[in-house]
Amino acid sequence: MKDDQLMNEEHSGTSRRSFLKRTSLMTAMALAPETVIKAAEKGLDEKIAATIETMPLNVTINGVKQSVRIEPRVTLLDLLRERLQLTGTKKGCDHGQCGACTVHIDGERVNACLTLAVTTEGRDVTTIEGLAKGDELHPMQEAFLEHDGFQCGYCTPGQIMSAICCIREGHADTPDEIREYMSGNICRCGAYSNIVDAIMDVKQGGKKV
Amino acid sequence: MGTDKKSEPLNRVDGRAKVTGKAKYFAEFEVPGVTYCVLVTSAITRGTINTINTKDAERAPGVLAVFTHLNMPVIPGWANPANPNAKPPSGGEKYQILGSNKILFNGQPIALVIADTLERAQYAASLVKATYNKATHQTDLLKNTEKAAMPGRFGDYSRGDNKEAHKTAPVTLEADYTVPVEVHNPMELAGILAIWEGEDKVTVYAKTQGVKATQRTLAGAFKLEEKNVSVHSEFVGGGFGMGLRTWPQEVAVVAAARQLKKPVKLVMTREQMFNLVGHRPYTIQRISMGANKDGQLQGIYHEATAETASYDDFTEGTVAMTRFMYACPNVTTKYRIVPLDRGVPIWMRGPGEATGAFALESAIDEMAHKVNMDPVEFRVKNFTLTDPEKNKPFSSNNLKKAYQLGSEKIGWSKRNATPGAVKDGEWLVGYGMSTGVFGAHRGESTCRAQLNADGTLVLQSATSDIGPGTSTAMVQIAHEVTGLPIKQIRFELGDAALPPSGSQGGSATVSSVGSAVYDACMALKGVLADAGLTFEDGAVKPAAGKSAGLPQVLAASNKQFFEITKSSKGGPEQQKYSMYSFSIHFAEVRVHPLTGVVRVKRVVTVADSGRIVSPKTAASQMIGGVTGGIGMALMEEGVIDHRFGRMVNKNLGDYHVPVSADVPHIETIFIDEPDPYSNPMGSKGMGEIALIGFSAAVANAVYNATGKRIRELPITPDKILSA
Repeated sequence: MKDDQLMNEEHSGTSRRSFLKRTSLMTAMALAPETVIKAAEKGLDEKIAATIETMPLNVTINGVKQSVRIEPRVTLLDLLRERLQLTGTKKGCDHGQCGACTVHIDGERVNACLTLAVTTEGRDVTTIEGLAKGDELHPMQEAFLEHDGFQCGYCTPGQIMSAICCIREGHADTPDEIREYMSGNICRCGAYSNIVDAIMDVKQGGKKV
Repeated sequence: MGTDKKSEPLNRVDGRAKVTGKAKYFAEFEVPGVTYCVLVTSAITRGTINTINTKDAERAPGVLAVFTHLNMPVIPGWANPANPNAKPPSGGEKYQILGSNKILFNGQPIALVIADTLERAQYAASLVKATYNKATHQTDLLKNTEKAAMPGRFGDYSRGDNKEAHKTAPVTLEADYTVPVEVHNPMELAGILAIWEGEDKVTVYAKTQGVKATQRTLAGAFKLEEKNVSVHSEFVGGGFGMGLRTWPQEVAVVAAARQLKKPVKLVMTREQMFNLVGHRPYTIQRISMGANKDGQLQGIYHEATAETASYDDFTEGTVAMTRFMYACPNVTTKYRIVPLDRGVPIWMRGPGEATGAFALESAIDEMAHKVNMDPVEFRVKNFTLTDPEKNKPFSSNNLKKAYQLGSEKIGWSKRNATPGAVKDGEWLVGYGMSTGVFGAHRGESTCRAQLNADGTLVLQSATSDIGPGTSTAMVQIAHEVTGLPIKQIRFELGDAALPPSGSQGGSATVSSVGSAVYDACMALKGVLADAGLTFEDGAVKPAAGKSAGLPQVLAASNKQFFEITKSSKGGPEQQKYSMYSFSIHFAEVRVHPLTGVVRVKRVVTVADSGRIVSPKTAASQMIGGVTGGIGMALMEEGVIDHRFGRMVNKNLGDYHVPVSADVPHIETIFIDEPDPYSNPMGSKGMGEIALIGFSAAVANAVYNATGKRIRELPITPDKILSA
């Protein structure tokens, strides 16, 4: 059955789950009706549906190939935080409004909370944990430390990931330009003034980011 | 501590953990078998739940339990309150989460759904359906002012012979000011992670500003010994006041974890944080003021009326500043609260003092204009070195110097006193200033110091760091007392098992915990002296006439380390002097006359907060407070649709907080002179004063730019255009 038909099922009021249950049961029923009915009574139908609902995902995260089975509804953010223990990427709103979850996908800054993990198949994801080389910090991490570009530290990974791309994109020539292109990353402690200084410093230092 | 010596600006000692993503916040601890809790919240504002259908949720895959008022496990410490009939003075009934079918505010939790994955819990939560019996709700303070009650705290105040001076002086003004609901919105989402060992021992990872406070709350709720409640909170992703309570839904999650015998984690949604973890209360204020024509204040009347919840009285020091800030012979203040069908407020950075300072410092600016005086001069004229409320001298007060330094830095002399007279292209240019003040509090705190054989010094106290840089300041204090290198000193916090300290709130951490660190390090010097050792040249060395070093002395006495624990609190000088921390804010704004847009172009902020212990993190705290102040002045407002009693902008897209493009370069100046009486370091608090008063500086600058006096925050374009 094709995806668009699935969508239509949903729109006509049949939930995806009940649809999947039905199809799995129907398939099974052709083989052994009595067993299947008993299985449904024990809630095993849900277990079958749960298995069908996961998908394989192969994605490279911080240079490490990860192969997992996940539900398509799992966001990249929750995959990182709840399954891979890469908790450096933060959840601040889950709606793409704060930037705390900013990661790089194939080198571009992206909100991990708005990215379904399955859409990263075959792609390269970099998180804050992937920036430093051993004990040697990335120049942007160093600059944030030096300029005190944070306080509580919660938005910091997102700020740093975003700041790197701000320079890569060529949007860090002036403090005002940095302010504009960093405005997708909220810092409630109010470290913006120092963050702008840190980014200017890295930009002017000319190190590769 | 060589109080004349200036401290070095240090990078944060825990900064590396924060820039590498290694700092672990409460929701990030890996716990085997952890389960996920999602809250289902009320769609109505007042009434009762008629039916609640949890069947679909319960049979959804992975669901372990759905708790509602029908099956919520009893929280033993809440079951029989000491006085079951006790009601808040403002009326109403107590709120117990999932304790009955009653709905007291919009967004109140009506079910906890717990499943084996987050996604399954979220999906199952969407299947819980409730029907309600709606009752009439009241969420509009302006329509309920007849319910205003005098709370138990912050009673009426009056001084002077001429109670009517604010009305009868040669020059008078009367104005009303409004501060809307504001929401803390720290970047980290609120919640808790609870892990029980049997029935009598629990470990929680919490988003809290006070690990000891959370320990006490949970020990009380579950009737446990405090030592059996472990609370961990080493890193906290901001608080701004919302973490000063362990909220009912967090206690409920701990109860659910006990019932299920599984670890349970709750991470609230951003939307839920607009209703369930407090807010700055909507507050209306009236100020009447009278002065002589030469600008001498004769009388001030300041009245504030703030919202609270129907089920709980929240109070704060909204009118406090008016009582002591200026040399005014006749002052009357009143503070009232109005119970509404809303979640309870809680202190938000600067708390009530920031609300009050917006009104007072706006009114002072208005009065300065009325008597044709420069607002800085007007404040200097009404300056007092004696606190007129307590009739005590200030322990230190360098406001005059602060006015001068700030004026010079911003270029105040360039300001044109005539409103609307200066343009920069299409934009109107204005300058404004204001004063902020907050009590320099010091609480009791305890610190344990441990000096190891390798010369490393470990300091421990059950305090928190919600962002100001607690560990950095403490390491710096220990470094200055002992002379040991920064790298050899480690400060441990965020664990309720450590020696007790108060919560991080009210700008008191450096003063309280820092004093304990100071005292513990001084005591350690004594311990070393007894052992024939001394701190010298950044190391522990044999005392004069001795030859054995630290490792030898320890080995000879069969010890791994030297240790000492010291408790510290303020002495009689705390009663003798009036202790406050001060700030002066200067703002330059641009106002676009056609669109009404206000941009803060430049800020100079001066802190008169005693000796600066950690200059780098202190500067960050000041710019952070100013940034919060920009939000308060120009954009932050929780908008409630009173037809439904519901906040309509409960997300970060619609509730605007300052972003980088809203914030200019901010210059900070520290007076950096020790207060002789506040504490051994001579420091005073800084977290609140950074924000207190700033919104008035912007409002005053907007007036200077446009001649329009906006008395209702935030100063949005519509208000400029319609003024």
